[in-house]
Amino acid sequence: MSAVGQAPAASSPGIREQVADLSSRHRSLSVIVGMTIVAAILPLIVLVPPFNSFSGQAVWMDGFTIAGIYVLLALGLNIVVGMSGLLDLGYAAFFAIGAYSYAFAASSFTHVNIPFWPMLLAGAAIAAVFGILLGAPTLRLRGDYLAIVTLGFGEIVPITILNSSKYTEGPNGIGGISAPSLLGTEFPTTGNPWPFYLTMLVMICISMILIYRLQDSRLGRAWAAIREDELAAAANGVNTVVTKLLAFALGASTAGLAGVFIAAKLQTVTPNLFRFDVSFTVLAMVVLGGMGNVWGVAVGAFVVFMIQSVFLKQLNLFFDNAHVPFLQDINFLDYQFLLYGIALVAMMLLRPEGLFPSRRRRRELHTDEDQEFGELGDELGASPE
Amino acid sequence: MTEQPIPPTTDPGRPPMLGSDDASRSTSGRPAPGDVILELRDVHTYYGKIHALQGIDLDVREGEIVTLIGSNGAGKTTTLKTISGLLHPRMGSVHFAGRDVTRTAAHEMARDGIGHAPEGRRIFSRLTVTENLQMGGYTRSGREVAENIEHVFSIFPRLRERAGQRGGTLSGGEQQMLAIGRAIMTRPKVLLLDEPSLGLSPILIQQIFTIIREINAGGTTILLVEQNALQALEVADRGYVLQTGRVILADSASALAANQDVRRAYLGEI
Repeated sequence: MSAVGQAPAASSPGIREQVADLSSRHRSLSVIVGMTIVAAILPLIVLVPPFNSFSGQAVWMDGFTIAGIYVLLALGLNIVVGMSGLLDLGYAAFFAIGAYSYAFAASSFTHVNIPFWPMLLAGAAIAAVFGILLGAPTLRLRGDYLAIVTLGFGEIVPITILNSSKYTEGPNGIGGISAPSLLGTEFPTTGNPWPFYLTMLVMICISMILIYRLQDSRLGRAWAAIREDELAAAANGVNTVVTKLLAFALGASTAGLAGVFIAAKLQTVTPNLFRFDVSFTVLAMVVLGGMGNVWGVAVGAFVVFMIQSVFLKQLNLFFDNAHVPFLQDINFLDYQFLLYGIALVAMMLLRPEGLFPSRRRRRELHTDEDQEFGELGDELGASPE
Repeated sequence: MTEQPIPPTTDPGRPPMLGSDDASRSTSGRPAPGDVILELRDVHTYYGKIHALQGIDLDVREGEIVTLIGSNGAGKTTTLKTISGLLHPRMGSVHFAGRDVTRTAAHEMARDGIGHAPEGRRIFSRLTVTENLQMGGYTRSGREVAENIEHVFSIFPRLRERAGQRGGTLSGGEQQMLAIGRAIMTRPKVLLLDEPSLGLSPILIQQIFTIIREINAGGTTILLVEQNALQALEVADRGYVLQTGRVILADSASALAANQDVRRAYLGEI
């Protein structure tokens, strides 16, 4: 898995610092190296027990590819929620918009056939436009109010798709979507999972590099300032309108990418792929992974997806085979959201910064001694020299 | 800019303006006040239906320290927010450096030379001191930011010691220094200070006021809002007394400090 940056770090604080320093100075390089290692290790690890007993390598890799879609979604939502502090509960809507963009552009349903690669960019751009459309009327809202409006938006989009059966085939969805092709060869949809798998890894790689760049940029600082205190940010010269719209647009465009990809991967899209539980799952991934930390969010998304699609299923099989009374009758997949809920509550109580917090978040949230200092500061620190 | 300097208006409806031409300035050695750099005319600002500013007239000249005093809810903070573009007046006009900025957005005002240290400090508590200062210089180039951080550190050596620390872990006094430091990162023409003495110990208040004088001596015009009227009138050239959204008195700081009504109402004398 992608414990890349952390693996050698555990041995001593000196090395840990060095690795952290190196990776923050050469972020793009460390992302490429890290993702290459991930790309190489994942297909191998499923060949060894106990993983090889669950399913074959091709099935595993298909699973990893879908997990990659969620990683992309989590990376995008992290821009909005983690970096800019705007709580978005309707993120799946942009995922749907990306997916249906490609479905309209390349399927037997519309008899249009625009190639996959330009549609990746187009899908991202269309989603970004919708991001701005959602962002514009919600600019004055924060926190709970923003969450409610975005929740509504997240419901409106799939319901609209569901009910416009004339254009979208309603609940049946659009089928016969073209697979991507490269150098004249179409990606195989069954059998060889490598083309989709590698494409996904490249997409994640590029997104991570771009998001890191954004985070370190002037815009990234403006997002942090808005997250902290919008009024103060404005007083310091941040154009809060443009900055917030850019957060929505860039977050949405990442979901648009993921949407185009899933349409091409599954070759069919239906409205119920984009229901509220997708928004919620992705938000859980961002929170569990560690809001604000790009690697953490990516790993969090992967772990949550694997728990949901592999671990729970295996738990069912395990208890069935072992004939454990009571437990063998439980379908753990049904309790997926209960488990999320428990995990989130436990997380907020025990480790609010997430499994893999950004350095800043750790500073932000572990504040016992700081708080004490803050309260006593006037006595302790404020006496004149 | 080559706009006509706005002539010091003397319409009879406005309170007397003695301070601006007054020879008996509180501090000697400061440059004589220049042209009017900030001018509010009959400014009415609302919060929804609440009529917070009910026709404020106010002038600030280049190089001055002007203070707004008044009790809670008199409209001091609202006046500053209206100047820096965080609020916009429903009626009236704000001119800054000869330009009508009545409807100009806050981020443009920050870029064009208004520094605002808002009430309650409002530093970015989860960013470090350096990051806070960088945010202050958001509208400036990288080189300027580096220079100005040095400049702020030379004014507030304490902040240099705390450079890597989160804003929220600073003491109240240090946070106030950071708020002022952040506001002068753009080298503003006019610095708006909202209650810089709030919640600080008396010694620290002295320190902050000394620094306010220093910043002013460096050529920055200052508009200071204070509840601590005595201190404010000590450093200021002129003052305005606000009550329920109106200017009820405008005079030189020394005259205001000597005024029996002001002493009774705001300086705690019986």
